[in-house]
Amino acid sequence: MSLFGLQGVSKRYGGVRALQRADLTIEAGRIHAVLGENGAGKSTLIKIIAGVVAPDEGRMLLDGAPVSFATPAAANAAGIACIFQELSLIPDLPVADNIAISNPPRRFGLIDRRAQRRMAEEALARAGADNIHPLALVKDLSLSRRQMVEIAKALARKPRLLILDEATSALTAADVTKIYGVLKRLRADGLALLYISHRMHEITELADECTVFCNGRSVASFAAGTKSDNEIVELMIGREYSAVFPPRTPRAASDAPPRLDVRHLSWTDRLTDVSLHVHAGEVIGLGGLDGQGQRELLLALFGVLHGTTGTVLIDGKPVAITGPDVAKRSTIGMALIPEDRKTEGLMLPMSVRDNLSFAALGAMSNWGIIDAAAERDAVDRMIRLLAVRTDGIHVPAGALSGGNQQKLVIGKWLMMNPRILLLNDPTRGIDVGTKQEMYQLLRRLAEAGAAILFYSTDYDELVGCCDRVLVMYDGSIRRELVGPEINERALIGSALNIGAEKSGTRASEAPRA
Amino acid sequence: MNGDWHYRLREHKGTLLALGAFVAMFTIYAANHPAGLNANVATTAANKGVLLAIVAMAQTLVVLTSGIDLSVGMVMVLANCLASTIVVGSPLQTTLGVLVVMLVGVACGAINALIVIFGRLQPIVTTIATGAIYYGAALALRPVPGGDVDASLADALTGQLPGGIPASLALLLALVLLVWLPFRRSVIGRAVYALGSSEVAAYMSGVPVRRAKFVAYTLSGFLAAVAGLFVTLITYSGEASAANGSTYTLYSIAAVVLGGVSLFGGSGSAIGAIFGALMFRTIGDLLFVFNVEPLWQPLFQGIVLIAAVSLGAFRLLRVRNRLELYG
Repeated sequence: MSLFGLQGVSKRYGGVRALQRADLTIEAGRIHAVLGENGAGKSTLIKIIAGVVAPDEGRMLLDGAPVSFATPAAANAAGIACIFQELSLIPDLPVADNIAISNPPRRFGLIDRRAQRRMAEEALARAGADNIHPLALVKDLSLSRRQMVEIAKALARKPRLLILDEATSALTAADVTKIYGVLKRLRADGLALLYISHRMHEITELADECTVFCNGRSVASFAAGTKSDNEIVELMIGREYSAVFPPRTPRAASDAPPRLDVRHLSWTDRLTDVSLHVHAGEVIGLGGLDGQGQRELLLALFGVLHGTTGTVLIDGKPVAITGPDVAKRSTIGMALIPEDRKTEGLMLPMSVRDNLSFAALGAMSNWGIIDAAAERDAVDRMIRLLAVRTDGIHVPAGALSGGNQQKLVIGKWLMMNPRILLLNDPTRGIDVGTKQEMYQLLRRLAEAGAAILFYSTDYDELVGCCDRVLVMYDGSIRRELVGPEINERALIGSALNIGAEKSGTRASEAPRA
Repeated sequence: MNGDWHYRLREHKGTLLALGAFVAMFTIYAANHPAGLNANVATTAANKGVLLAIVAMAQTLVVLTSGIDLSVGMVMVLANCLASTIVVGSPLQTTLGVLVVMLVGVACGAINALIVIFGRLQPIVTTIATGAIYYGAALALRPVPGGDVDASLADALTGQLPGGIPASLALLLALVLLVWLPFRRSVIGRAVYALGSSEVAAYMSGVPVRRAKFVAYTLSGFLAAVAGLFVTLITYSGEASAANGSTYTLYSIAAVVLGGVSLFGGSGSAIGAIFGALMFRTIGDLLFVFNVEPLWQPLFQGIVLIAAVSLGAFRLLRVRNRLELYG
């Protein structure tokens, strides 16, 4: 008898069918992977299992008996723990308080801090994160550490079924390896794991069974290893899978100075003497482990960081970029696609139109008053260009799917025809189809003369998209990979700083996450 | 496109609900008024309503940035005291006086803005402090109630237009047409909404966040000063009344909420807040018409306010995804 099952479960949101008669069977002691594009119904599936939303029809079986969960707490009590894509930690509380938050150990009605600490330490150890101090404040931890705490928090509830929704998307390579070990150990303990990921190699590495979702339906369930990656992707996108990455176009030689020329850029202890240049028409990758200064480098270029030293030249002329409003001026024309689209990229309650037109409002207004017709035209054009799936331009951005939201963030900056495009891990949590569109878009922009600096935590992307890759470690650029050197092996090797000429005390430290 | 009207309706839902509630309440009021709805009754009601509506507009601008302005009432009182001193004499003197009153309002708003923007203090604390300062200035200016105001100006703005239409409504309409609508359609206005809904995203989009905040607070000060001038025109005098200032500040927040403006910022409209204000005023008038003891008025106003705000909570009954409650 299987541990948990869904039979014919459907869910509608207004006119949108999020799930249609979906089936799923999960066995104890197995890792079950769920695959599908964004909008395929995976998030809804998880929310139903976790008791966040109620299904419209169909039934759920736990140990063969029908169940329904009115609240997440009810699902918890039944032994289901869920790690959502969006972290659910409370930043101002210590790690231990977060781990014990739903049911802290008590003595005489008061929270027993010593028992709580023990509980947290156990959970952290089980999650393979015993290097996180239970009294550290969550807000002081990096994104990847927080994710580890999130996993520990779920384990502290002693679940029978653990759901991980894109749980590794924020993790460093070292943490990912650790998590794999932890998940395999949990499987050996008899836990059932439901694992949602966009990363194909994670599936092949971890999963025992796979179920593919497409347009709200569970289209296929099979044992891992019985289908090739290409077959799986075709099931996911429901159409044939062509070349993911567009061909590189060799850049015509020119004597023009680089579009973006950075010399000896430093900032506190996070960036040390970074020099790089990007020509018009080039796509330059930023590689390395997460948290090695890539994000800071992009923010520094965009003028967000105070107290940077060094020079930045645009078309050979030194410039002082003191903020995003300066960066977007036409003489500089710089755009940054941020990492976290929900807080840094979009005004979620505002409409698709409002979000798209922000960066280019100046050009669409007279004497400070917005020309509504010009704005509407430009927005309509951008929606068509990027094939944004929306019900109209007055729809709030928050109502769109993740991939379409990311298109809005990019579209916003394309409206001002950027000459320099900085991208901070723009494809995280985005479905395969949209990713592919994004790669083609990047190449088209480069061909049209933009200079592109592209940070990604996905090595495949760097290999497939970039003309050169700069690998960062501990705040500086340690290696430049060109042409055939750009391969996964070289990327990982240089990311871990293996064989670095400099083996001083800082470089030999564990990579800071 | 198909879904457009649906989303547009949703965007203006707060405003439309406030309008509907106001019309319903005012109809009951007019139908039950002992003297019937004649021009004089309408004018008195309009003057009181417009006064709160202007303060509510001022409050809206700051609330949209996800701030709150607890000094609006005090700016109004300061403008009242100042106007009762300088908006008199020859037409030229009167005009100059009006301009100075407006300028002082703008200055008060600008001071709030500068402290919030560059001092990085919480708007709620900043405006409590500056509000006390503005009240202190008002008290220094007019330790005891008194003063005077240009009578022809007062009659023109608080009286009736040909046809018996209250002149104050024309003033309110002018403020909407000349201040609110241009603001709503401007780049700065859009920026105010953006920073109210996500300041980080707005900044990262190159939106002029500081300028937008500055404009919002400054316009708020300006509108509060217009309200103060209007008080002077109604009462023909100035009074540094702390009670008045606090009452109007709190009522403006009530009006803003009734008008569907989100206290979290980034959504709502000053037009909604205007109807919220008119509605709030009509509550008091209704109690009068139905002969409720004046002593009970605050109590009833409070109950109606809670009831009206709870109407918004009806959505709780319909929400299927419980996470949306916290959004």
